[in-house]
Amino acid sequence: MTVYRTNILVCGGTGCVSSASLDVYNKFKKLITSAGYDKEVKIIKTGCFGFCEQGPIVKIEPDNVFYVKVNKKDAEEIVNEHIIKGRIVKRLLYKEPNSKRIIEKHQNMPFYKKQFRIALRNCGLINPEDIYEYIAVGGYEALGRVITKMNRDEIVDIIKKSGLRGRGGGGFPTGIKWEITKNNHSDKKYIICNADEGDPGAFMDRSILEGDPHNVLEAMAIGGYTIGADKGLIYIRAEYPLAIERLDIAIKQARELGLLGNNILGTDFNFDIEIKLGAGAFVCGEETALINSAEGKRGEPNYKPPYPAQEGLWGKPTCVNNVETFANIPAIILNGYEWFSSIGTEKSKGTKVFALAGKINNVGLVEVPMGTTFREIIYDIGGGIQGNRKFKAVQTGGPSGGVITEENLDTPIDYDSLSSIGSMMGSGGMIVMDDTTCMVDVAKFYLEFTQDESCGRCTPCRIGTKRMFEILTKITDGKGTKEDLKNLEQLSYMIKDGSLCGLGQTAPNPVLSTMKFFKDEYLQHVVNKVCPTGRCKGLAKYKIDPEKCVGCTACAKVCPVECISGKLKETHVIDQNRCIKCGACFEACRFNAVIKPK
Amino acid sequence: MGIKSLDELRKIRENSIKKIDLRNQGNEGDNIEILIGMATCGIASGAREILNTLAEEVSKKNIKNVKIVPVGCIGYCHSEPIIQVNIPGQKPVIYGKVDKDRAIEIFNSHIIKGKAIKKYTLDIDFERAKQL
Ligand SMILES: Cc1cc2nc3c(=O)[nH]c(=O)nc-3n(C[C@H](O)[C@H](O)[C@H](O)COP(=O)(O)O)c2cc1C
Repeated sequence: MTVYRTNILVCGGTGCVSSASLDVYNKFKKLITSAGYDKEVKIIKTGCFGFCEQGPIVKIEPDNVFYVKVNKKDAEEIVNEHIIKGRIVKRLLYKEPNSKRIIEKHQNMPFYKKQFRIALRNCGLINPEDIYEYIAVGGYEALGRVITKMNRDEIVDIIKKSGLRGRGGGGFPTGIKWEITKNNHSDKKYIICNADEGDPGAFMDRSILEGDPHNVLEAMAIGGYTIGADKGLIYIRAEYPLAIERLDIAIKQARELGLLGNNILGTDFNFDIEIKLGAGAFVCGEETALINSAEGKRGEPNYKPPYPAQEGLWGKPTCVNNVETFANIPAIILNGYEWFSSIGTEKSKGTKVFALAGKINNVGLVEVPMGTTFREIIYDIGGGIQGNRKFKAVQTGGPSGGVITEENLDTPIDYDSLSSIGSMMGSGGMIVMDDTTCMVDVAKFYLEFTQDESCGRCTPCRIGTKRMFEILTKITDGKGTKEDLKNLEQLSYMIKDGSLCGLGQTAPNPVLSTMKFFKDEYLQHVVNKVCPTGRCKGLAKYKIDPEKCVGCTACAKVCPVECISGKLKETHVIDQNRCIKCGACFEACRFNAVIKPK
Repeated sequence: MGIKSLDELRKIRENSIKKIDLRNQGNEGDNIEILIGMATCGIASGAREILNTLAEEVSKKNIKNVKIVPVGCIGYCHSEPIIQVNIPGQKPVIYGKVDKDRAIEIFNSHIIKGKAIKKYTLDIDFERAKQL
């Protein structure tokens, strides 16, 4: 194979081709050949760089220099100056429109690819219902290598050194979990894939299972081999019929090819997987509740310890991992732990998938290296806020997390940075809110969810979340007091400290975090009886516009509680304390002077 | 038939690679592929109808070298239904918000005449981890 010292990449994307990049490409070919450099310099037609407005685009590698709007004459200059003499042609570099700053390196450009896909690497690329397509992209190679060439300690070592942490929310190091389960001796062990995904607004795991089910099956087999389990279980909510169907097909195909079953790839490793459907309770995503549910019992959590790794399914050592955690495993085995741990931040390695939802332009899934900032995700990848409105907050960690505000938009995202600013990584839901969102209403939404999903087993969570929801409802109805705010806070700490499982321990987080960052908004609700965004209907106010009011008295005449005062031909006023918001005045006014609340 | 060894798995991979070659960078040959996002997001925004429409076009025009492949979600749920056209020797083109009319338009222009319709294309900006 010939090794080239330099590559000239000419964009062959549709946009650039229409701006004559093919001529530029041919010109480069001619120039390089006639200069006798064709053994050293390779010219490559590439796909779109995603920057068509500036085409034709030419990139020089390995120098990583990016030229824009290159014509045939410019090509000559690039060859003479850059390729032959090693001098960058400044004139052709991209200038940032606002700052006029000249940008040389591709990474520094605003549109530089910010997403890197490991867990989602095959989603949208292969047919999830065809095992041969998965095999074609390297599928089951990792399992093959593991069971034919590696011992269990080696695998534990690789996963530990990779730095992979659980993607289901807790962030527990996966290698350590595997090691503990491996070291607990038993005649029977289990490995469970947690596909409950009950966090409202999250759909990362569903997409992985729908788009690349074999990836998860392969990883479970690798995990099973490592910890010494011959049985895997996928716990998935029945509300995910498509994912279930594709898993079903995938399991059947893997069995047919002997990639599940007895003596896999001619070894003495036996492993099979079963699907267990859940009824969609949020608490059943908690691992001990999940195990109870899988055993046919009520989906309620147990006190830990014992942890599932000690006593899990049917009392046997069990390793529970999240879908996305599994989806990283084959890639780590094949590419090595050095590769994986080179991505991300010091304590959080690899990438994280986020489900972007709410008031954001590009609703969808993103996968970014740990350490990417909120600003990059929301503005560069997510396309900013809908309707160009003002960003207010983003909720991470779903009902267990909290809000991130403007001041923390530049925080690099990882497990520890998020905890330090009062939220948590959670499973990856990211709900973006704009200035029309009322933060008290948001807190109420999450508490309505948790009080409903509380399994009822422990009192602090069962009764506490209900009381919190009632207080929040009182506040959004305009009947809250300052005392209520104090009670909310106190209840929050009591529920956090006293609850049995993660559901209750984290349920007050949305309230505590919105109270911390938007205290003023709470005060407006309870003191001034105003909802600044107009979302809380209970605080809605009818008003009379003094400019338009002619003093006809029509409104005062129809007011059932006689709270409108004013003399004939003078401006009328509504007494807000007595107003019952019936709207009769609005109907009666023929001068559009009564303003109806939004 | 069960695969009996890692070597056998690798042979199957060699034979299957042709199936997906087209998706990365144009291989030789004249087979055209249309990938269609058929995850929940795609289906919810009408991907089934698009799949049927494309399949109808293929059979109506009696085209033999086009294969339609359902795939998962590429994360651009805001632009579903999404299809990707892979033509040998060319960089794959991804189209977003494909409704029935667009699907037919794209089919006639891109598949039949080889001309991509730029205004419907999606710019995608991610890199996939390599496995092997
Ligand atoms: C209320 C509650 C809900 C949970 N829901 C999920 C879930 O839907 N999916 C998940 O993987 N983990 C969920 N977890 C975390 C699991 O208990 C467990 O930590 C996780 O599945 C372990 O996998 P990991 O180490 O790969 O993250 C939940 C925890 C709690 C407390």
